[in-house]
Amino acid sequence: MKCEDVSKELIAYLDRRANSAERVLVEKHLAECDGCRTRAEDFRKLWNVLDEEPIHEPSLGFDARLRQRIAAEARPGWFGWLVPQPRMALSMALLLALSVWISRLPRENPAALGASTASEDEQFQMIKDLGVLENYDVLTKSDVLSALPARQAAEAEPALDDQQQDRQPEGDGG
Amino acid sequence: MTRTDVQLMLDVKAGDDASFDLLLQKYRTPLVSFLYRMVRDAATAEDLAQEVFLRVYRARKQYSPSAKFTTWLFRIATNLALNSVRDNRHRQMQVSLDAPVEEDEAPIQLPARDLRIDEHMIERDRANIIRRAVAALPEKQRVAVLLHKYEEMDYSEIAKILDCSESALKSLLFRAYETLRVQLAPLVAQPVEHRAGEGRPS
Repeated sequence: MKCEDVSKELIAYLDRRANSAERVLVEKHLAECDGCRTRAEDFRKLWNVLDEEPIHEPSLGFDARLRQRIAAEARPGWFGWLVPQPRMALSMALLLALSVWISRLPRENPAALGASTASEDEQFQMIKDLGVLENYDVLTKSDVLSALPARQAAEAEPALDDQQQDRQPEGDGG
Repeated sequence: MTRTDVQLMLDVKAGDDASFDLLLQKYRTPLVSFLYRMVRDAATAEDLAQEVFLRVYRARKQYSPSAKFTTWLFRIATNLALNSVRDNRHRQMQVSLDAPVEEDEAPIQLPARDLRIDEHMIERDRANIIRRAVAALPEKQRVAVLLHKYEEMDYSEIAKILDCSESALKSLLFRAYETLRVQLAPLVAQPVEHRAGEGRPS
């Protein structure tokens, strides 16, 4: 085995990871080569020297900070609002159904519809029974007036109107 | 019965957040440490580590155990770290041991062993020098060294993370350690004696 070949297996030999065949070859070379033997001894010392560098411990708040970051990631971002949530979807559906039901409620209630019709009839009846309209019926449907010829009746009506007009200024002036 | 990382991740996929906490407890320190060695800034390293865990959590629904969990985890971390380093390259000073020494930085002069000097300061200086030497490595070499030396990963895992063959990885590691051996020669020649568990990367 040459020095170049040993260089590749020297580290594995020193950290005891070389297989038995490799170990034998390296040991044989080290017994014959002063340079490689010195290098091997220096490597062992070097590893001791490298142990002098202390381990760097994480800060006390390391775990807490990490858990905080993980918790923050678990919460949905702004786009989460766009994703339909089951609870939200159910609430919206119930609200919509309730609105539809309420809006349809009056039309589907016959009692309310009948009450409304009855109210209109009563109002009509009240208007019809007013005194002015009653007098108007008496005038238009009187037997005396209907017995007159149509022309006289036509003349009588303007005369009656004139009398009423003549009276109005007096009333206004008094 | 202890669950494997893959099993834990599959449980996370099924909605078990407690399993995610277990993975977090297990890997937060190695991950922050790895990222700190990559970016050399504590706040950035923490931010990147948070991002790694967030990405793992976000991808939980699509997770399929095609590789080891650590391979996946450190692949995400490596990509984020390299992107961060590249994004900030124009603002960062690429400090190497060959660069002119700044006023507030001590030159690589090791104190004589017989002098009474504060050992803590020496250790800090040595750690700084090591950090700067590792940071001066080319990106791929740096990742390879950090994953091999500090995370003790298998060659196959590191090769997957770096998207190269195991043979190429071994060459990469050799070149990286050879560079560090030269750069850190003063420290290698004068090691501290009170270290325990030394002598092997894994």
